[in-house]
Amino acid sequence: MLRFRLSCLILALGVALFPGCRPRATGNSLTLAGSTSIQPFADKWAEVFMEKHPGVAVNVQGGGSSAGIQACESGACGIGMSSRELKGDEKALHEIVIARDGLAVIVHPSNTRRGLKTGEVKQIFAGDLRRWAPLGGPDRPITVVTREEGSGTRGAFQEMVMGKTRIFSGAITEDSNGTVREIVARDPAAIGFISLGLVNDQVRALALDGAAATDANILNKSYRLVRPFLFLSRGEPTGRAKEFIAFVLSDEGQALVAKEGLLPVR
Amino acid sequence: MTAKTRGNRLERNDRLIRLALLVVAFSAVSVLAVITVFIVGQGAPIMFRYGFKSFLAGTEWYPAEKLFGLWPMIVGSVFVTLGAMVIGVPLGLSCAIVLTEFASKRVRGVIKPVVELLAGIPSVVYGFIGVVILVPLIRETFGGPGLSVLAAAVILGIMILPTIISISVDALQAVPPSYREGSIALGATKWQTVKMVLLPAARSGIVASIILGMGRAIGETMAVIMVAGNAAAVPGSLLAPVRTLTSNIALEMGYAAGEHRQALFATGVILFVIIMALNSAANVTASRMKGTRR
Repeated sequence: MLRFRLSCLILALGVALFPGCRPRATGNSLTLAGSTSIQPFADKWAEVFMEKHPGVAVNVQGGGSSAGIQACESGACGIGMSSRELKGDEKALHEIVIARDGLAVIVHPSNTRRGLKTGEVKQIFAGDLRRWAPLGGPDRPITVVTREEGSGTRGAFQEMVMGKTRIFSGAITEDSNGTVREIVARDPAAIGFISLGLVNDQVRALALDGAAATDANILNKSYRLVRPFLFLSRGEPTGRAKEFIAFVLSDEGQALVAKEGLLPVR
Repeated sequence: MTAKTRGNRLERNDRLIRLALLVVAFSAVSVLAVITVFIVGQGAPIMFRYGFKSFLAGTEWYPAEKLFGLWPMIVGSVFVTLGAMVIGVPLGLSCAIVLTEFASKRVRGVIKPVVELLAGIPSVVYGFIGVVILVPLIRETFGGPGLSVLAAAVILGIMILPTIISISVDALQAVPPSYREGSIALGATKWQTVKMVLLPAARSGIVASIILGMGRAIGETMAVIMVAGNAAAVPGSLLAPVRTLTSNIALEMGYAAGEHRQALFATGVILFVIIMALNSAANVTASRMKGTRR
C-alpha cells in the first residue's frame, strides 16, 4: 500500500518537474540558424563571444541555408546563416559577408590530371563525359561524386559551374563534405567537390582553367570557385546581433576563420 | 480497519492499476497512430497536388526544379531487397536446417549465440565494413565505382540472416517429432525427411521469416546509404549505384524545406505502405501456421 502511494508520488513529481524548465528568450540570448557549413565556425565564435560577455547565451543551430533564410525571414532566429547567395524575394534580407570559402574540385592523388577546364568539369558532372581516357587521365569510367539536393555546397557548385545544366542523376550522392572526400580518396577514378578548407593530402584539388586552388589565386580572382558565407538579419542588426557580428568581423573573429581554412573578408 | 473496508480498498487499487496499465499499453498503439497521421498528413497533400502518377512513375528526382519522381528509388529498394533475398534466404535457410537437424549439440551451442550476436551489431558497423572491405573488393574485381546494388545486396543479405535463421529454426522445431519419426521409420534418409516432410510442414513459418527479413531489408537505412552510392537513377547493372526509399529520406532530410520536405514525407508514405503490407503478410502466414498445427 505504502509502496504504491510512494510510486504514484514519484511518478507525479517526475511528470511535474521535467517539462517547462527551459528559460525563456530574453534580451540576453541570441539564436543563429542555417548553413551547416558555417555552423562549426559559428560555434567557435559563439564560444569566445560568450566568454567575453558573461550572462549572454548564443545558441547556434544548423538546418541548412534555406532553413536559415526562412527562420530569419519569419523572425525565428536573430541571425540567419547562408552559404549560398540570396535569390529572388530573399534579397529583402540584410546580408553581411563574414567570410569566403573556396570550392575545390578534387580527384584521387594518383590521377595524372593536374587541372581541368571549367567546361570539362561541367561536362563530367552533366554526365556527357563518362571516361577519363579522352582527358588523359586513368583508363577508367569516371566516378562522379556529388552532394545531395538542398546542400549549400551543391547549390554553390550548381550556380558557379553548372549554370542551368543539371548534375546527372547517375552521379554518386553523399550527404557531407567528409564522405565525398573519403570516397574520392579511395577511388582512383573519382571526381568530386568539397570546401577548399577541407582538402587534405588524401585527395588532390584540381587547378581550374590553369589557376591552382590556392588562397592567393582566390584573392587575385584567377580561381573563381568562391562562395560567400553570409549572416542575415531582418533590417539592420541591432542589440546583441549587432555586437556579435561586430565581433565576428573584428581581427580576432577573422583570425579564427583563417585558422580553420576559410578566407577572411578583411 | 474492518475486513470490508480493507477489501474495498484493495479492489479500488486493483482497478487503478488496471487502468494505469491500460494507458501504458495503449500509449504504444497511439504512437503508431500518431506516426501514421503525421506522415500521411505531411506527405499526402503534395502527392495530390502533383498527382500520384508523377510521384510513383516519374523517373526524375530534381526537387529544386519541382520534379519529384520516386520511380528510381522504388526500383532501387526492390532491386536491393531482392538481391538481399537471393543472398540471405539460401544461407539463412541452410543454416536453420543444419542447426535443427544435422548439427550436434555442441556445434549448435556455438552457432546459435553467434547468429544472435549478428543481430546485435549496429547497422552503421555493417556499413563501415562494407565501405572498407566490400566496396574496394567489388571495384577492383568487377570495375565500376564499387558503391553499388551488389554491395548493398550483400550487406543486407548478411544483416537479415538472424531474422531468417531464428524464425525458421522456431518453425522447424515446432514440427511434431512424430512427423520426423514416421518418415525415418518409412526408410527415408535424413535429407529426404528434411526435404519432403519438415520443409513442407514448416513452410508457413519459413515464409513468414522470409517476409520479415524482407521488411528488415527494405527498412534498413544507414548501412545502405554508406555502400549503395545513392544515385537517384534506375540502376543499369548490378555494379551501378542505387538509391533506396529510406536513403532518399535520410540523405536529404537535413536541408530539405517546403515542398522538398513534403516530398520526402511522401517517400515515407510509400515506404510505410510497403512495410505495412509486408508485415501483415507475415502475420497472416504466421497465424496460418498456428492454425494448421492445432
